[in-house]
Formats: sequence, C-alpha cells, structure tokens
Amino acid sequence: MAELSNTVSQRAARNRWLLLTPALIILIFAASGPLLITLFYSFLTPGDYGGVEWKFSTDAWFGVLMQRDIFDDTLGWSDAHLSILWRSVKLSVLTTIACLFFGFPTAYFIATRPKKQREFWMLLIIIPFWTNLLIRTFAILELIRNEGTINSILIALGIIDEPIQMLFTEFSIILGMVYVYLPLMVLPIYAALERLDFRLVEAGYDLYATRFNVLRRVILPLVKPGVIAGSILVLVPSLGAYVTPRVMGGGNQLMLGNLIELQFGQGRNWPLGAALSITLLAIVMVALLAYVRAAGNEEVKHG
Amino acid sequence: MAKRGFDIRKLRGFSGIAMTCFVMLYMPIVLLVVYSFNAGTSVAIWEGFSWRWYVSAWDNEMVQEATVRSLIIALSAAAIATTAAVLAALATTRNRKFRGQTAIFALIHQPLMVPEIVTAVALLIFFATIKVATGYTGLMYLIIAHSAFCIPFAYLPIRARLQGMDLSLEQAAADLYATPFQVFRRVTLPQLWPGILAGAMLAFVISLDDVVITEFVKSAGQDTLPTYMLGQLRRVVTPEINAISTVLLMISVLMVIAYTLLSRTKK
Repeated sequence: MAELSNTVSQRAARNRWLLLTPALIILIFAASGPLLITLFYSFLTPGDYGGVEWKFSTDAWFGVLMQRDIFDDTLGWSDAHLSILWRSVKLSVLTTIACLFFGFPTAYFIATRPKKQREFWMLLIIIPFWTNLLIRTFAILELIRNEGTINSILIALGIIDEPIQMLFTEFSIILGMVYVYLPLMVLPIYAALERLDFRLVEAGYDLYATRFNVLRRVILPLVKPGVIAGSILVLVPSLGAYVTPRVMGGGNQLMLGNLIELQFGQGRNWPLGAALSITLLAIVMVALLAYVRAAGNEEVKHG
Repeated sequence: MAKRGFDIRKLRGFSGIAMTCFVMLYMPIVLLVVYSFNAGTSVAIWEGFSWRWYVSAWDNEMVQEATVRSLIIALSAAAIATTAAVLAALATTRNRKFRGQTAIFALIHQPLMVPEIVTAVALLIFFATIKVATGYTGLMYLIIAHSAFCIPFAYLPIRARLQGMDLSLEQAAADLYATPFQVFRRVTLPQLWPGILAGAMLAFVISLDDVVITEFVKSAGQDTLPTYMLGQLRRVVTPEINAISTVLLMISVLMVIAYTLLSRTKK
C-alpha cells in the first residue's frame, strides 16, 4: 500500500514538472537567466564601441558611486551619480507621499459608498491603471507643456504673458509619476478599508473621540497593512521609472533608469550599466523585503 | 435613531480630495481624446471638429507597419504566455506544498517585482550576444521577451479561477471512469475558460502597451506603436499622436470592461 501511494505521488510530481516546463523555460530564458548574465557582465571591462571585453574588472562597481580624477587618478565620490541617485530616491519618496495624500481619501470615499456604487467607482480607478503608461504620461505632457492646455488658457485669459515653465522640472516628473501610479495606491487601501468594521468607528465616537482622533487611533491602525502595501506598490516602480522621467524630465532631470540607459547608448559602458541595474534591483529588493517583514509582523500581531 | 445629522462614515475634506482625484485622473485623458478630433495642427488650440488626424494616421506607412508588428507580437505573446500559464496554474494550484514551490512562485512573479528597465537591459545584453552569434534579428526576440513578462499577468487570474473551482466535479468524473485527459477536457477546461480568457486579455493588453522592454530589445526598424510614439514625442507633436493614443485607449478600456465582467464571481 505504501509502495502504491509512493508511485502515485512520484507520477504526480513528474506531471507537475512537465506542466511547469514551458513557463520555466520561457522565464529562465527571458527573465532570470539574463539577470544572471547582467551580474556577470558588471565584472567585465567595457569594449571600445559598446559591448564588453572578456577581462575581469571591478571598475564598473567602483563607478557606481566613485570616479577617478582625470588629472591625478585619485578615487573620489562621483557627484553626478550621487546626485542622480539622490534625485531618484527623493522624487520616489515625494511621489509616494503625494499618492498617499490623494489616494487614501479617494479609497475612503469609495469604501463608504453604498455597495452597488463601489464597483463603478473602482472601475474608474482600474481603467487608467490598465491604460498605456506612455499615453497617460503623454496626456499630462500636453496639459503642462509651454504650448499646452494650461498655459494656452492662462494666456488667452490674459493672466500671464509668458508661458509658465512647468515641463522638464522635478515637479513635472513628480506630477507625472503621481498621475500614473496613483491607482496602485488606491487599490490596496480600498481593499483594507472595505473590510473595516465601522462599528469600531462608531464605538470611538460614542467614547467622545473627535473625527481626527477616530481617523488616527481607529481607522489608520486598522488599515495600516493596506497603506504599507500601497506605498510599496508606488515606491518600487517610481524608483525604477524610465518613461516618465524621460518624457517629463526632458534629459536634464535624470533618474536612475535614465542613467542606466545612457550607459548603453552614448556612454558605451555596458559593465557600468549592468552594475547600475543590479544596484537598482538591490534597492528595490530591500524595499520589498522591508514590506514582507512589515506585513509578516502585522499578521503575527493580529493572528 | 438619534444619530441623525451625524454620519460616522464622513471625514471632512475627504470627498473633496476624492473628487479632485477623479477629475485629475480623467481630465488629461479626456483632453487627449478631444484634441485628436482637432481640425488644426495644435494639441492645445481648438479649431473645429475633423477626422483628419485619424485619416493621416491610417495613411502613415510607419504607423501601419508598427500596428501590424504590435498586433503580431501581442497576439503571439498572449497565446504563448496563456498556454504556459494554464499549464503552470494546473501544476501549482490545489495541491499540497511541494519542494521548490517557493522558488517556482518567485520565478513566475519575477517580472512583476524586477523593475522593467533592469529586465530590459538584461535582455539587451543577452540578446545582443545571440544576435551576433546567430545573425538572426527577427521578431522572435520581442515575442519571447513579451511572453516572459506576460506570464504572471495570465497566471494570476487563471490561478484565482482554479482556486475557486469545486474539486468534487472532477472527482465525480474520475469515479465515472473518465481518463485524466477526459476530465481535463470535459470538466476542468469548461469551468476554467473565463479565467483563461481573462488571463489572455490581460496578457494581450500588457504586451500591446509595453514601451521599455520593447525599446531595448527591438532591432533597427522594429518599432511597435508605443516605441513609435515615444520616438515621435521628441519632435513637434501633432494630433496624429492623439488619434493613435485614442485608438489604443479604446482597446484598453474595452478589454478592462470585458475582463471585469469575466472575472466577476457568479452571484
């Protein structure tokens, strides 16, 4: 009997791996495998016309944060890279905060609608989420460019004579990222708010809490997992953003994603580009791990 | 009911911010669509209604080629990713935890976690080597790259559907001497069908919309609609871009609505 069940489970295991084979082949060939090759490339020497020479070197990794002085060859901090890294982190955090400021009330508004209306409001959030990111960035671009809608209207009304320069600034990048990533903040917060037991809110008011105190002491602690999830969902793609800073920043306000691209275009330094990619990946992984730990703690507390 | 006039669900200012959000989300898109019908060449000054930019996009050879290319890639990638995702979902759902399960899940979800630019660069490096070695520069690179990042999007709705399905029907079929294949063909597949369709549609939209990975993987002259548009943004923008955007928007909206209807649980 034991033998029989053994062969059955063996066959089940064999079938399982057979079924998984197509997905695994594609993913290893076009997702995981290339990542390992990228890590490998970051330890090679750049070729003269792009590509690499097969010589081991750790220069690319030094190049992520450091640079050699062109005159006396001493190692120093690379101001350009540090400022781009700082801008990436700063703009991503600001984007997350702005998304939270707009996203939380929106999720709350939807969650407090009558049940039948909620699906409609959620569809309004989901539609932009599945719409082409480039098109949405382009829509914002048309709104704020110098010949764009806002400036044209203001000039037509005679409020200003010269168009206000809004495009190609850090502000325009944040605006673009908030616009494209906002649904990612609303979705998880809504999911948490929908499960919120409003009897607890009522209990708070019965005990003479003010509205602000109910929000701070009752609602926020209960939906904290949703808030954390939303923040991570916005922070991670912001850190790796490429299209939005390229379109809204116009080549002056580089973020990490654009710096990486440069190494494969004009920069012709593939190993440095590879090392920068792995750095970006590491930053994102740290953010994701922090989230997994925070979510895990939350479960232990409530479980 | 002494609580009249005091709504416990109300928080001051929240509805206002929410309304601002909805207006902000839709106003740029609405303007984009409106100006695609502009008779003038500006994307900001309205000069009357006309279809001219749709006609001009339709007649633009670059747009035609990019559209065909986008469709070939999106249809192939959706078909490949959905097939792989169905098989993977069958293997990883409704069973006890098996060895290597965590690694498998990490692998399947990798395209969702790794920033697109990182994957794009990795594929550029890897495929550049293959291109040199084999001399082949066709569309297969793009199709395989798209298939890979579409797999998790196809996998998630299919797996969700599979998890909600009743095992007893399949057991009943097996009790009535159906072979495993017959059980799959006659019992599992018909129930799973809405999930498969939903997954395929998501994969199609995701592939159709992709910019970053396509931009890095494509060989010269292999523009898809989004990369064509990205290239055009460097120049003076005419409402032709709005017209193309509007068509792509319509496809996405229709797909999302169909997806929502399909993945809605029966009531």
